[in-house]
Amino acid sequence: MVQPSLTVRKEGVGRCTKVHRNFNLEKLRNGYLFTEIARRELQHLEKYPNAKVISLGIGDTTQPIPDNISMSMANYARALATAEGYRGYGAEQGNKELRKAIAETHYKDVLVKESEVFVSDGSQCDIARLLLVLGSNVTVAAQDPSFPAYIDSSVIVGQAGDLEDEVGKYCNIEYLECGPGNNFFPDLKGTSRTDIIFFCSPNNPTGHAATQNQLEQLVEFARNNGSIIIFDSAYAAYVTDGCPRSIYEIPGAREVAIEISSFSKFSGFTGVRLGWTVVPEELLFSSGFPVINDFNRIICTCFNGASNIAQAGGLACLSSEGLEAVHSVVDYYKENTKILIDTLASLGIKVYGGINAPYVWAHFPGRKSWDVFAEILEKTHITTVPGSGFGPGGEEYIRISGFGHRESILEASRRLEALF
Amino acid sequence: IARRKAAHMLKYPDAEVISLGIGDTTEPIPEVITSALAKRSYALSTQEGYSGYGAEQGEKPLRAAIASTFYKDLGIEEGDIFVSDGAKCDISRLQIVFGSNVTMAVQDPSYPAYVDSSVIMGQTGEFQKDAEKYGKIEYMRCTAENGFFPDLSTVARTDIIFFCSPNNPTGAAATREQLTRLVQFAKDNGSIIVYDSAYALYISDDNPRSIFEIPGAKEVAIETSSFSKYAGFTGVRLGWTVIPKELLFSDGFPVAKDFNRIVCTCFNGASNISQAGGLACLSPEGFKAVHEVIGFYKENTDIIVETFNSLGFKVYGGKNAPYVWVQFPGRSSWDVFSEILEKTHVVTTPGSGFGPGGEGFIRVSAFGHRGNVLEACKRFKHLYK
Repeated sequence: MVQPSLTVRKEGVGRCTKVHRNFNLEKLRNGYLFTEIARRELQHLEKYPNAKVISLGIGDTTQPIPDNISMSMANYARALATAEGYRGYGAEQGNKELRKAIAETHYKDVLVKESEVFVSDGSQCDIARLLLVLGSNVTVAAQDPSFPAYIDSSVIVGQAGDLEDEVGKYCNIEYLECGPGNNFFPDLKGTSRTDIIFFCSPNNPTGHAATQNQLEQLVEFARNNGSIIIFDSAYAAYVTDGCPRSIYEIPGAREVAIEISSFSKFSGFTGVRLGWTVVPEELLFSSGFPVINDFNRIICTCFNGASNIAQAGGLACLSSEGLEAVHSVVDYYKENTKILIDTLASLGIKVYGGINAPYVWAHFPGRKSWDVFAEILEKTHITTVPGSGFGPGGEEYIRISGFGHRESILEASRRLEALF
Repeated sequence: IARRKAAHMLKYPDAEVISLGIGDTTEPIPEVITSALAKRSYALSTQEGYSGYGAEQGEKPLRAAIASTFYKDLGIEEGDIFVSDGAKCDISRLQIVFGSNVTMAVQDPSYPAYVDSSVIMGQTGEFQKDAEKYGKIEYMRCTAENGFFPDLSTVARTDIIFFCSPNNPTGAAATREQLTRLVQFAKDNGSIIVYDSAYALYISDDNPRSIFEIPGAKEVAIETSSFSKYAGFTGVRLGWTVIPKELLFSDGFPVAKDFNRIVCTCFNGASNISQAGGLACLSPEGFKAVHEVIGFYKENTDIIVETFNSLGFKVYGGKNAPYVWVQFPGRSSWDVFSEILEKTHVVTTPGSGFGPGGEGFIRVSAFGHRGNVLEACKRFKHLYK
């Protein structure tokens, strides 16, 4: 614990202000998971400067953006130097054309209107904005394991309560365990009601895509409890076996669900920054006030829209030429993932996921995931992500991502074969 | 404002409405900068040029360029700079860092995002209709009488003090002496100043461009800024926030560490393409071009100032910012806004939209094509002759 109230610090860095630190931030025990992974990777590189480290940890895309898409962005950028092509502030909700294209491409068969689509600079950002809309007095449920931003943002906004160190869980969060035992879908009968339910499918990190039946149960659960589902469909493009790609494929979802998604893993836009959130008009707070009105207010006050150049790129992604190109890149990553599944399976390691998502969820029974992470890194120079970083339900698992150049994936497979 | 403008355009479909309301840049971005934006875009389709996730704090060369361009010799380093997708977004992220239990002070009038984000975070009390103020916010009156700098002896202590200079909407640039008093006030009270310097490059005289020009500021201040009004990046989205290592919470915990955590968890960095543009803005050629565009808007501002002066109005601002703050004593600013819109088809911004201290004023922004600015001024002269 840092020394108390003195106005002069020992290290002589400076005088303290009298502003109290936000106690919610004190509840975050560690740094953000992926920051920690990056740090460990760097540490490892310092130790082994000649090692060819292969990153299958942070799910970062590696393949170039298709030509026609980057060309559109370049053209848009060039046009900003001309009187006719210059654009200033855009609508905070996003460029109309892009909102329309998203509604028509991703929600072709379900009833999502252009006006319900809000363009963002990525899901991680919209998760925080959604929690700002909801405020600190709501209760939250999240899958266990899950993408850390849901719970971390919930802690930051003050919804999570204290961390119970021994179990590694926040006391006000309802953890929905997802494992092989329950087919990666929580037992809703044993689940307490919360205001908000975060649900990601296809799932990061387990790779499981919820079936129509499972999502129907989830929507019914939300309807019965008067809860709001925040459905993360960032990996929908990776679905192979016909599982739903959008929560709105489930009847009744419009009255209970918000859907967030991203161009990151879809178009390699991890650095370009573009995503969207759908808030249906029918989604109402208990007072009858439309959630979309509050979300719009947050967007207009706390945001100023996604970069117009990124949005031009997004529009190009959704042209027929763009979609075709983008799907080839997705297929490339899917093939990578298949190689990893095959490798691990052949080594007798129980693997999950990988069919509907670019992540393989490998089980190492009885072992601590950070130990397995460290062993793999030390002995094969491959970065992965320890499952416990995604929640206590991830202990004993390692997440291996399928993003990478094919040669790296093949080399990684060789090294894993040698190790195990 | 947008709603009223739309209604007006429906009523007068043939009117040539001129927008001097929302401060939206209108002039094209210099080619040296758009080439860099285009180049980065193309590069993303190549093996060597592709990049995925960037550091959430921003690309190193850009952080370094910001430090050396704006904070040379002020003891601010690359590591203190956090690249954003704009000041408005960083204001909210700072509010998330601070949480709901802090108190804040704003200038009155001020850019609405400070108060609005504070309300959203739960830092304020209820809106008091009669006073047109939120409970628990300390409003620091900035008037013509006090030279648009608050009388700090009448200001209660708050944890956070938002201060914008050059100011939106009044156009006032605080002097070194005034900022020294502000920093002292913050030191005495153990407060944190959030200093918005988005218009610093519009300064014509030798007023400070950064709060860090004031000795001791590093222990009390955060500075936020933007490429929006410098490089026409209002749609491209790029800005930055400076948090010195020396800025500490009451328990000694560095504010920068908490901001970093928010940036890593609630954000994922500014667009890599925008950042490439930002770097080009700060190259010698780019920075020169940026100054030319700023010069253009400053000339616009001069024209507007001259117009209202010649009509006998009390005119403020306009010298160090692209905003002209025109007084209409005893009149409701919304009434004046409506009158101007109705009779000249020019959109401005009513001062009361920036807080009760803005009542009796109109903000005229100087962003616009020269032809439109000249035409608008012609119409003002006709209306108020």
